[in-house]
Amino acid sequence: MEATPTVRKTFAHGIHPPDFKEETRSKPIRRFPFAPVMIVPLSQHIGKPAKPVVAEGQEVERGQLIAEPDGFVSVAMHAPASGIIRKIGLAPHQSGRMVESIFLQPFPASGQQVDPGTPCEVETASPKEIITAIQHAGIVGLGGAAFPTHVKLSIPEDKRIDTLIINGVECEPYLTTDHRVMLEQTGDIFTGIRYVLKATGAKRAIIGIEANKPDAALKLRRSIPEEMPVNVELVKVKYPQGAEKMLITALLGREVPSGGLPADVHVVVINVATAAEIGRLLPRGRGIIERVITITGPAISKKGNYLIPIGTPLRYALDQAGLHEDVSEVVLGGPMMGQAVSSLDIPITKGTSGIVAFTSAETNHRPEKIYPCIHCAYCVDACPLFLNPSRLGILAKQGEYERMAAEYHLMDCFECGSCSWVCPSNIPLVQYFRIAKGIIREKKAQS
Amino acid sequence: MNELLQGIAFLGGLSLVLAIVLVVANRKLSVYEDPRIEQVTDLLPGANCGACGMPGCRAFAEQVVAGKLQPGQCPVGGPETAITVADFLGIDAGSTERYVARLLCAGGCDVAVQIAEYDGYPSCRAAAAVTGGFKGCVFGCLGLADCEDVCDFDAITMMENGLPLVDADACTACGDCVRICPKGLFELIPISQHLIVQCKSLLAGDEAIELCAVACTGCGICAADAPEGLIEIINNLAVIDPDKRQLETEIATYRCPTGAITWIDKQQFADVTTRTQTVAR
Repeated sequence: MEATPTVRKTFAHGIHPPDFKEETRSKPIRRFPFAPVMIVPLSQHIGKPAKPVVAEGQEVERGQLIAEPDGFVSVAMHAPASGIIRKIGLAPHQSGRMVESIFLQPFPASGQQVDPGTPCEVETASPKEIITAIQHAGIVGLGGAAFPTHVKLSIPEDKRIDTLIINGVECEPYLTTDHRVMLEQTGDIFTGIRYVLKATGAKRAIIGIEANKPDAALKLRRSIPEEMPVNVELVKVKYPQGAEKMLITALLGREVPSGGLPADVHVVVINVATAAEIGRLLPRGRGIIERVITITGPAISKKGNYLIPIGTPLRYALDQAGLHEDVSEVVLGGPMMGQAVSSLDIPITKGTSGIVAFTSAETNHRPEKIYPCIHCAYCVDACPLFLNPSRLGILAKQGEYERMAAEYHLMDCFECGSCSWVCPSNIPLVQYFRIAKGIIREKKAQS
Repeated sequence: MNELLQGIAFLGGLSLVLAIVLVVANRKLSVYEDPRIEQVTDLLPGANCGACGMPGCRAFAEQVVAGKLQPGQCPVGGPETAITVADFLGIDAGSTERYVARLLCAGGCDVAVQIAEYDGYPSCRAAAAVTGGFKGCVFGCLGLADCEDVCDFDAITMMENGLPLVDADACTACGDCVRICPKGLFELIPISQHLIVQCKSLLAGDEAIELCAVACTGCGICAADAPEGLIEIINNLAVIDPDKRQLETEIATYRCPTGAITWIDKQQFADVTTRTQTVAR
């Protein structure tokens, strides 16, 4: 099974931002204390919010189900700590809306142990049962998009899956959560792969890892269980190698059609941390209540990878990690695709993969003036999807949103930000595209 | 001489043949169009704004002539145009109630808390994508002038407190600002309606006031003071029932602790004296 390492595999276009991963890549995952009040939003995933099954004033135990999925594209929520439900009401959320949330006040002596639930055994469970178990464990894509994993694994009847790709690329600068998960939760990853292979009917799995994590690749390669059809492949260090379409192209040479899904080319891609959670939670019948998050950046004194209970307010997490006085910007996720936050009162959710804090020294020299497009085509050479960001940017400025979608494939853009990164005129291209996509989605929803 | 005659005969013959083709084509292929469509189009404002729901004024004229729409449904033209068109066609003008865009937020930078500084691309939609923007109240106006940019009629100007001012005379209720606002703060309201709740915050009581001094706290005093059924508190927000508009009374505003519910004569924010044009970006 030991394949010779090739680092040639990659996709065309893309960029090479500095990765800033040195400071946290060797820091082992550490636990976090419970915050005085935890806020568990009912909508941490793409899809319909979960339905609370607890009442105000009720005592819950760590790991207890507090909200059940409401419909198919929805997942369950579990209590991150033992405590009392103080309130169910609106709370600020990363999306910028007020979202119905469960306020949980942990008991002072709330322990870390979780009672086991009904396990879902990989040998005996049917694919359907595994998918339901994943939904009830509340598992979503932990790479950042927070798309419910069970929806991704529910392959339509007319599609056939031959390959499962486990995404351990982690191409975002600063983030090292997947790296640590691969080193420290290796066994869980393979258990998870076993479940997902059975659920999707895929014949083999490939773990794709960026070449800057040779230790993780080696560890995984050495731990592949005897009979498992798993390959570990290194891919070139390039952004956005971790986007699922780019990873499929790099590993298999297949191109996902415009507007299509990986299932159209017989592939399912899941994040390595998601696989680890499936492998850790399903055999014990538990739900997801914490996740690994990299807290880093120049404004953090105790940079590291932390296992943080979901619902921990951002302010508390930053205080624990030692926030500098002159912090000027906090970004959830990585600096390329992550979002700056305007409020530190928002909670950490299942989709939060990293927290990067910058001081005024980094944010002050940001260029402000936007110059006209000089048609240098740097963005065209950077776009991993072979779109024409220059043309799209001009159309966005004119408000020609429908033409952008109809003639220039705007909706294929996954907002990696490579175009803005290379633009010598400082044109905020990816911001334009986000606005345009939002408007087009609203129009579609209306009609 | 012979060549000359040949040429004349050839060209003359060709012209005759083509003329016959054209005559036949005109007879067989001509499409009858109601001449009134052209005339009604001329009577309309010609803004092609799409506010009536049609792609342009001509499409609207076609629908009016066909009897599928009423002249009063052109919000830009106002009652005069509607009556002119209705008289011309000899039909009913329909409802000619004039609508204007009203901003359902009074939280300018002088009264609303700002929790962060935004130095990104200056657009409300871009700012709203960054966890809702820099204001403490996630429901409130961000004041980055997307509505001013989108308004085709120059009816919107930004005031000193960062809120857009809709000129009630210039506004044609085309609805562009309603669509562009990421917070959904504009609403097209009949100009004859005086009672307006200038807030969209779903927070209750102190939570709302902490973030904005003029927020609706959902206390329900206005609902109690107003005639029954006019105002209802839904999700901590006073909502005026549009069907019971004829009941409206200024009394509802008298005891509002924050001034979120107001009585407008015609112009919103009429008491704001420091109106200034924003500097062009």
